[in-house]
Amino acid sequence: MAKVRFTSALTRFFPDLAEMDIQASTVREALLNIEKKHPGILSYLVEDDGQLRKHVNIFRGEDLIKDRQSLTDEIEPNDEILIFQALSGG
Amino acid sequence: MNSVLLVGTSKGLVVYQLEKKEWVVLGVHFEGLPVSMVYVDERTRAWWVGVSHRHWGEKLHYSRNEGTTWQEAAIPSYKGYDYKPGKPATLKKIWVIAHAGPDRPGELWAGTEPGGLFYSRDEGNSWEIVESLWNHPSRTNENQWFGAGKDYPFIHSIVVDPSNSNHVYVGISCAGIFETTDGGLSWQPRNKGLKAAYLPNPTADMGHDPHRVLMCRSNPKIIWQQNHCGIFRTTDGGAYWKDVSGAGGFPCYGFALAIDDNNTGLAWVIPAQSDENRIPVNLKLVVSRTEDGGKSWNSIDKGLPHSLAFDLVLRHGLVQKDGVLAFGTTNGNLYVSQDSGISWQSVAQNLAAVNGLAFA
Repeated sequence: MAKVRFTSALTRFFPDLAEMDIQASTVREALLNIEKKHPGILSYLVEDDGQLRKHVNIFRGEDLIKDRQSLTDEIEPNDEILIFQALSGG
Repeated sequence: MNSVLLVGTSKGLVVYQLEKKEWVVLGVHFEGLPVSMVYVDERTRAWWVGVSHRHWGEKLHYSRNEGTTWQEAAIPSYKGYDYKPGKPATLKKIWVIAHAGPDRPGELWAGTEPGGLFYSRDEGNSWEIVESLWNHPSRTNENQWFGAGKDYPFIHSIVVDPSNSNHVYVGISCAGIFETTDGGLSWQPRNKGLKAAYLPNPTADMGHDPHRVLMCRSNPKIIWQQNHCGIFRTTDGGAYWKDVSGAGGFPCYGFALAIDDNNTGLAWVIPAQSDENRIPVNLKLVVSRTEDGGKSWNSIDKGLPHSLAFDLVLRHGLVQKDGVLAFGTTNGNLYVSQDSGISWQSVAQNLAAVNGLAFA
């Protein structure tokens, strides 16, 4: 099971959101599993066509995922996945 | 009397209530978040708010109890639709919501960027794109539909004929005005008489930039628009638009427009200086008011700053209801008039940029 952590900014919209263990082989599969537990969260993270939103970052360990378009980066059972917002604002 | 005013700003929704001739803050919602759209459904009194998150995308929220609690609605999705062949469309912004008519309870229109019109039959729990307009042959012609100040065209005005819910106009920047008389099954451009000074052919059928479009409730044949290239009014349902900009070119350019519900000659605009500068003309904030359908305009400055004003009022930043008017500016000022726009009262000076207003 991979461990997923979220930016605290998302708890404003999903108050029950907390670190969780996820069974998934790709980032996309992980997001779909998170959506099952927190309906609606997927639209906060990806665009209509499934690509990662421009100002959302997903790290596998300390590295940004490579495929922001289709989210095919593989996940290993002991990985730590971090879902953060990019440093942008105004 | 309109006693509650919703003010959507780039840092939250501020709700005012009129109490003993003073507008007092009733509450702040979505604090810190960019509220890009506000709408009150006159059928249900539901408050609708669009939030344009920088990180999390477009979201829609509604409240059925005047802001005590909020629910998140579904957002229109372009999934499965291409902006152009091979280029998937994605929702950039929800610009406007309008109810679909008193005889269509729970049904709503939504105008979005990059140019999709959506329809909901279940009060925003789901949306479907209006394919007849999305598939209009002009939409993928980059000389006819294109962005204005944005990368993509967007639908910012939806006008439903109060006497016939099948009869609807949409205003698109840039493309122009489109009309349906069959509930959205087919659409026809209605841009004759308009000018597009930025095109090689200023009287082209499409490519026009209406900034704001409003229909007279008492006479649906009369429609006004504040356009990029002037103020226009039609008295025949859009068959022909007449330029009613002021003599000497003032008022002409601007974004905001309000019209009276009953008096078909009464309207207000807030002029700005050219599209390069987007500031009040001579840095003096005025409201231009006509009582004769645009034949003549009066500049009203009573209660407004007479110099060094950099306020711009966006297309949804001026509203009117029952003779009460309100406008908010991009530098956080809010003004209200309770005498049909003859004089104005400063209500707030330190809001964030005002994106849109609605009387509740």
